[in-house]
This record gives sequence, structure tokens and C-alpha cells, in this order.
Amino acid sequence: MSGAIRLCDVTLSHDRHPAVHHLSGEFAPGSLTAIVGPNGAGKTTLLRAIAGLHRLDGGRIERPAERIALLPQMTALDRSFPIFCLDVAMLGHWGRVGAFRAISPNRRAAAEAALEAVGLGGFARRPVGSLSAGQFQRLLFARLLVQDAPVILLDEPFNAVDARTAADLLRLVLEWHGQGRTVVAVLHDLDLVRREFPETLLLARDPIAWCRTEEALTAANRLRARMMAEAWDATAGPCGIAA
Amino acid sequence: MLYDLLIAPFAEFGFLRRALVGCLALSVAAPPLGVFLMLRRMSLTADVLAHGILPGVAAGFILAGLSVTAMSLGGLAAGLLVTLGAGAISRATGGREDSALAALYLLALALGVTMVSASAGSVELTHLLFGSVLGVDDPALFMMAGVSTVTLLALSLAWRPLVLECFDPSFAAAEGARGGAWHLLFMALVVLNVLAAFQALGTMMAVGLMMLPAVAGRHWARQVGGMAYAASLIAILASVTGILASYHLDVPTGPAVVLSAGAGWVISVLAGPVDGVLARFRRHRHLTG
Repeated sequence: MSGAIRLCDVTLSHDRHPAVHHLSGEFAPGSLTAIVGPNGAGKTTLLRAIAGLHRLDGGRIERPAERIALLPQMTALDRSFPIFCLDVAMLGHWGRVGAFRAISPNRRAAAEAALEAVGLGGFARRPVGSLSAGQFQRLLFARLLVQDAPVILLDEPFNAVDARTAADLLRLVLEWHGQGRTVVAVLHDLDLVRREFPETLLLARDPIAWCRTEEALTAANRLRARMMAEAWDATAGPCGIAA
Repeated sequence: MLYDLLIAPFAEFGFLRRALVGCLALSVAAPPLGVFLMLRRMSLTADVLAHGILPGVAAGFILAGLSVTAMSLGGLAAGLLVTLGAGAISRATGGREDSALAALYLLALALGVTMVSASAGSVELTHLLFGSVLGVDDPALFMMAGVSTVTLLALSLAWRPLVLECFDPSFAAAEGARGGAWHLLFMALVVLNVLAAFQALGTMMAVGLMMLPAVAGRHWARQVGGMAYAASLIAILASVTGILASYHLDVPTGPAVVLSAGAGWVISVLAGPVDGVLARFRRHRHLTG
């Protein structure tokens, strides 16, 4: 359904301090990959770079021609913004209707169906300010459904939601995987990753492992990730690895 | 009686009619911009802009006297400069720009007052600082009407990207929606509206009809569009009551209009259906689900 996302010696940084350091590898078409690692390991930065929102400091990213949908961390959005749920879901049509084209009845119906599918039927005319954290996350998933992109990037999709919401949303993720879409999710729940995600990228600034989940999440690898994340050098000099 | 109160002043005096038309032109276009400024947490930026244009206006005044064209061109140049400067400061300070903006607008105000005082008397200075609603001439009126028309057209075209850029800028960026370009267009509209309002309300109160109705509109709707309509309506009511009050009570017109808008804000905070103070005290039975 879509091409691979290929990372070639990618380095991403904030103020020249690398957040992702010399990462190479490939998200195969139709793969379902978890990105795990300690806080500050560069997971969010990597997702944003794949979506084209973060400048590369080195290397390159080959993206498929198709559109990429990104679910941001919920805290990045103003949840009191005066906008109705249906309008947020309809933002998912942006890639097709842009700034000026009218939204056809079919597309409107698609947005309503997406709200229904995430369990927010009847919320169309509710302002987003009235939603709980879990409902807001369901709404962002509805927008992803409307976007209907072949590549979907999820940044901590199950944070701050209850078990039932997480289960409902996970079902959608597995459905996307079943439809042959490429899905990449940043996650912290290792049990969930072991249970549902075939591939894992363990990241701690430097890549620790990127392979089948059970091989990636060994105790030795997790210890290495923890050590790596804690060693942060404020006086680090320029990196000598040839680009 | 009602005729004497509401209609007679406008029927009798041409300068009141002109003031009314000018204020109504400001009232339909500026408040929706104010709503977007409020939602972007940039409520103070408009005020900074209004002060920031003063040196440019003063330069135009020194070169050509009280000419609308010269002062507007000078103000436009200064306004765009301040906008870009404020944007650069905002990026350089990572969003904590309020202290730098305060410095900027104090500097601009002092510079402008110095320039005007050095080349003219206190009458002209008062005119530039506080405006003269009753003194709007034809060029000023055409400018207000023109700015209002352009703003409404631009807003109707750019509504969707502006809302998106406000609500979820990183989604806009990921979808290639050119949020930055829309934001620049929006700020240009704000500069134009501040300049138009400046003709009537002067530097000190130019944003009165932009921000007060916008902040009041928040209490009447739960959606950006509804807020914009509410804000414009409040601004229109404030213009009419302000001008009438200034005539009947013999108080200066500009401050009367802004005071009316302020009254609209107080009423909205108290009685508005969304987050209003009174609504909090009125107890309703809770619903079943």
C-alpha cells in the first residue's frame, strides 16, 4: 500500500545537542513498530522529523510519496479552544480540500462516521473544551481516521487515557495495521509493546536496537538505554563521526 | 422623545453622522481580528502595535502635516517594522516576549511624542494621542471603509487556515498549510485596522474597538465564528451608544465609545452565557446524563 520510510544516518538536535544520534534503518511498508526509550531519548523529535516538522542536522529521510498523518502529544494542543468536535474531525480532510474548497456532504458524512467509530457519536456539536482527556484523544483519532493516510505516526497515543479508551484506540491501531498501513507509535508500556507490536526501535539518543520486539527489549538492551540517557554532557565537543 | 434621544443628533449634525459611519466601519472588521489575537494569547500585541506606529505617524506628520495619506504610510511602515520585530523577539526569546514588547512600545511612544512635540503644538499632539472621532474627514473615512472592506474579504477567504493555525499549528505544518504565510497576512490586517482606528481614536485607544468587544465576545459563544459575530455586534452597539452619550452628556467622543465597549465587556463578564459570573450563581438541576 505504501513505500518504506528509510532513515540514513539521521541526526536531530536541539541547540546542537543531539536528540537522535546517527540513526539508520527502515520502517517497512505495512509494518507496525513501537518506539520505546527513556524520557528525552529523542522519540518525539524523531516522529516530528519523519513528518517533516524538525530540521535534520545530518543524514536524510526517504519518505514515500503518500501523505503521512501525525498524532501529536495531547499536551501540545489548547484543549479549551472554541471549536466543535465535528470541525476538528473535518480538519482531517485538509490534504484533500485545503484552505478554500468546500467540504462536500460525503466528506462531512465521513467525519461524522469517524466520530461514531471512536465512540463520540452525538458529540459533533460539542465544543472540545467540554471533553475529558480520553474523549479528546478519541477525537484526535477520529481526525486520523478522516485523514485516511497510508503512514500513521502516533506520539504516546495511550497516555492519560483510561484502560477502556486505550483498548478501543488500540483496536483502531491494529485495524490500520491489518489494512496494510505503516504505523509507528511512541510508547512507554512495555507489556503492551511485547503483546501487540511486532517491531521495536529502542532509542536512547543513540539507537540501541531496531528489530523484532522480543530481541529488542532484552534486559541488557534496556539497561544500556538507561545508562545512555543519563549520561548527558553539557560541555560536549563536536561529534567526530563522519557523516 | 425617543427620536430626540436616538435619531435627532445624527439627523442634525453631519459630523456625528461621519463619526458614526467611521466607527461602524471599524466595528464590523476589527473585532473578529481581536478574537483571533485573543485566541493566540496576543491580546497585548495589538496595543503594542498601536503605540509602535506613532513614530511613523509622527514622521509623516512632520513631513506633510495632518495628512491622512502621509501619516498612514508612515504608520504602515512603522507598524510592519514593529510586527516583524516583535516576531523576531518572540522567536529569540522562545515565546516569552512580553517584557521585550513592553520595552518596545514604551520606546516607540516616547519617541513619537518627542518627534511630534518638537515640531508642533500640544493640539496636534492631543490629536495624535487621543484621536478626534468628530473630526474625521473624507480621506480618513474612505480609509476606514476601505480597510474594513479589505479585512472582511480577506477574513472570509482565510478563515479556515486562520482557525487551523490557531488551534493546531503543528498539524497545519505537517499538512503543508503554510501557517506562517497566513499568520503574516493576518498581522498585516491587524496593522491596517489599527491604522484605520488610529484616525478616530488616536494612539492610546486605537485598539479599544478591536480588543474590548473581542474579549467580551468570548462570553457569548462557544465557537470562533460565533465569538466573531458577537464581538462585532458589541462593537456596533458600543459605537452607537458611545457617540450618543458623548453628544447628550457632553463628554469627549473617543473615550465615550471605548467606555461603552468597556461597559459591554463588563456586562458580558457578568451576564454572558459562557463562563459568565451570574451563570455560575444560578443553580440548575443537574441533567440525567
